[in-house]
Amino acid sequence: MAPRHPQILLASDLRRGEVVFLGAAGWERDAREAAVATTPEEAVALEARGKADIAANLVVDVYLADVEVDAAGAPAPLHYREKMRTKGPSVRADLGKQAGTEALR
Amino acid sequence: MTAHDPDHAARSNAPTTTYRYDRFDADFVRERVAEFREQVRRRLDGSLTEEEFRPFRLMNGLYLQLHAYMLRVAIPYGTLTAKQMRKLADIADKWDKGYGHFTTRQNLQYNWPHLVDVPDMLAALAEVDMHAIQTSGNCIRNVTADHFAGVARDEIEDPRPTGEFLRQWSSAHPEFSFLPRKFKIAVTGAAHDRAAVLLHDVGLRVVQNAAGETGYEVIVGGGLGRSPFVGKVLREFLPRADLLSYLEATLRVYNRYGRRDNKYKARIKILVHEKGIEHVRAAVEAEFSAMDRAPFAHNEAEFARIASFFAPPPYEALPKHSAALEQAKRDNASFAIFAATNVAPHKTDGYGIVTVSLKPTGGIPGDATSRQMRALADASEKFGFGELRISHEQNVILPHVKQDDLLALWRFLDAEGLASANAGLITDIISCPGLDYCALATARSIPIAQEISKRFADTERQRDIGKLGIKISGCINACGHHHIGAIGILGLEKKGQESYQITLGGDPTLSANIGEIVGPGVTADQVPDVIEHIVDFYLAQRTAGELFIDTWRRIGHARFKEVLRREGEDGADI
Amino acid sequence: MGLISNGACVEDRWRHLSDEETLPKAGAVIVPLARLPEAFAVSGLDIGVVVPNVTEIAALESALPRVALIAISFPAFSDGRGFSLARLIRRAGFKGELRASGRLIADQYGHAIACGFDTLEIAQDIAQRQDAEQWRVAYAAHARAYQQGYAGRGSILDERRKAAQ
Repeated sequence: MAPRHPQILLASDLRRGEVVFLGAAGWERDAREAAVATTPEEAVALEARGKADIAANLVVDVYLADVEVDAAGAPAPLHYREKMRTKGPSVRADLGKQAGTEALR
Repeated sequence: MTAHDPDHAARSNAPTTTYRYDRFDADFVRERVAEFREQVRRRLDGSLTEEEFRPFRLMNGLYLQLHAYMLRVAIPYGTLTAKQMRKLADIADKWDKGYGHFTTRQNLQYNWPHLVDVPDMLAALAEVDMHAIQTSGNCIRNVTADHFAGVARDEIEDPRPTGEFLRQWSSAHPEFSFLPRKFKIAVTGAAHDRAAVLLHDVGLRVVQNAAGETGYEVIVGGGLGRSPFVGKVLREFLPRADLLSYLEATLRVYNRYGRRDNKYKARIKILVHEKGIEHVRAAVEAEFSAMDRAPFAHNEAEFARIASFFAPPPYEALPKHSAALEQAKRDNASFAIFAATNVAPHKTDGYGIVTVSLKPTGGIPGDATSRQMRALADASEKFGFGELRISHEQNVILPHVKQDDLLALWRFLDAEGLASANAGLITDIISCPGLDYCALATARSIPIAQEISKRFADTERQRDIGKLGIKISGCINACGHHHIGAIGILGLEKKGQESYQITLGGDPTLSANIGEIVGPGVTADQVPDVIEHIVDFYLAQRTAGELFIDTWRRIGHARFKEVLRREGEDGADI
Repeated sequence: MGLISNGACVEDRWRHLSDEETLPKAGAVIVPLARLPEAFAVSGLDIGVVVPNVTEIAALESALPRVALIAISFPAFSDGRGFSLARLIRRAGFKGELRASGRLIADQYGHAIACGFDTLEIAQDIAQRQDAEQWRVAYAAHARAYQQGYAGRGSILDERRKAAQ
């Protein structure tokens, strides 16, 4: 069986459509602030919180993604698709999260 | 019709070369905006779940993509006025990030709208007779047409009145809004098919029968995506008066019998493939015979009313060849190249059809800034009766430019970075947004287009290569139409990495062909080299004046495959 | 289930007979197609039939003059086959109550009426989230429709033609 990876929870903000990450206190715009689940129980708990916020009409499309965690404890997704979602379009460095959260409307 | 008729007044203000809404059309789009505004409110308060809201969100053109929502605005039959283009620019600035993307179905996409702003964006569109109705969802989509409609030399009939007729018929259709899957219609009225009618759910070719009556050849079951198919003839000649009723019969058969068990087997092309064209034709003809067609009795008069808006503009009487143009070409080598590549012959003496390329070297194919949109609007007014077209090749067309004005237009475009002289050439690449934007994508497509564009930037080399269409899709849904590119590139995922499968020999015209694979797939870095080797082999093998697609047909796919295999570039070792 | 009729949530005088239940001697019952012969044998019963959305007209033809109600099942609101079947049932001459039965939402009310339905049987949880007011508002969203030969709204093409005369 493949080794389990730590995971974070992604979603899309209902009103803005922006990619958001479930943190300890709520939804974060920066993936580095996401809460990291290291056990299956923690992952299930993250999902449950996410699904509650779907029912509360805050977010849609909630799912877990595998990450690696750096020395500072900040997560980064393993798959290139989720990496893209933490940054923005690779062909427009001036758009999306990579342009800085102040740039986001 | 009297002078008090608001419709008459609207028409007499300016020459119309395209349809103008009457109060019924205007009321309809405004009601639609109010309806969606209410649907958004009910979504936010939970009256509608996301699952319930989704089809209505899609039927108003709003997707949820990789980074944000995406709003797809309809540009019916690819035609818009200067005023409409300016409004698209204003909307980009006010509610998006100052740019838009023109698509392979003649629509425009905004990549960063907020859900709560979309009703206001739609209201702004409605102010200029535009909308985002049914640009997504399991319903009838934007009807596309020949982007040279009304001005091409080889035209039999302008396909756009048919496009408008179908747009109205298909809008908020009560029976066909919950189809098994999307339904795409294209119309061509010329000898050369620039609308890819053989690759649509229904394709319509304007034809004349032996008695000289105008009608349609109806083609069914074409399409790309996971299972590409070339369409088959459903009806050889359909009288104009029967167009709407026959399509109703066709849609009813599809609605009832299209597969709903598997999203990837739900298009009408699968129904045709699995049951056979004879079976589908029998079902459609039986339904058509059984229908009550009395409600359609006045269709020809309505069609004539619509067609009256698509009058030719007041062209000047000019000589066939412009002395000023010939002199300008002699004086300015860059301009001469532009005139040779980006200007197509016009039906009317002394005029030309100009393709404004949205594929600058290393640029993002099909993207335009709001500034460029306004410049294009200005150019259309200065140089062509205020009308523009969007081609499914993601370029903008100025359809009524005097040959005498071509130099001035070229200078104007050049100042705005819109004068790339590469229409139809190897760097006029068609590319979907791919994984940089799209939630469905498996790989990026835009960077591939950019690298190929930079590799082949040299104008002389491009002109030497000649017409060669490269089409790139970032996933198997094929929105970049890679199957029908002379060179097609499909971005997939292989072993956790982006991998690109290359096909050759695709043809979107009436000699339609689906491209054939050269090998399993190469990495992004390898793609430009592979393209160069394919092109070099073509250049070495071609006869004088032979296009790439014709060389490929003549010498065969196997020879190209072998060249790449020898170079280790078919991807077999990855 | 709630019943939507003329823009209001109303009491339903009809009852779906469950699979194991024997037919009552009186009342208004909706039975599946397979039990119709049994139902016809009971006099004094108002008979309705519920059919899957893939039913062929030929299977219904003999029953049409003998049932007062036909309910078409919508397995999912995104499955639009019931709309076409309704059209065919009306074409075949059925004049009784045509009912759409399933998880339809308010925004489909107009589609249903246009295709020949009279009433909609909707799920309880949907009725709670989308009250009668939402159904009325959704229905009234468009004053007129472009399509010809459908029920309900005025026809844009007809009015346009009249205005031009």
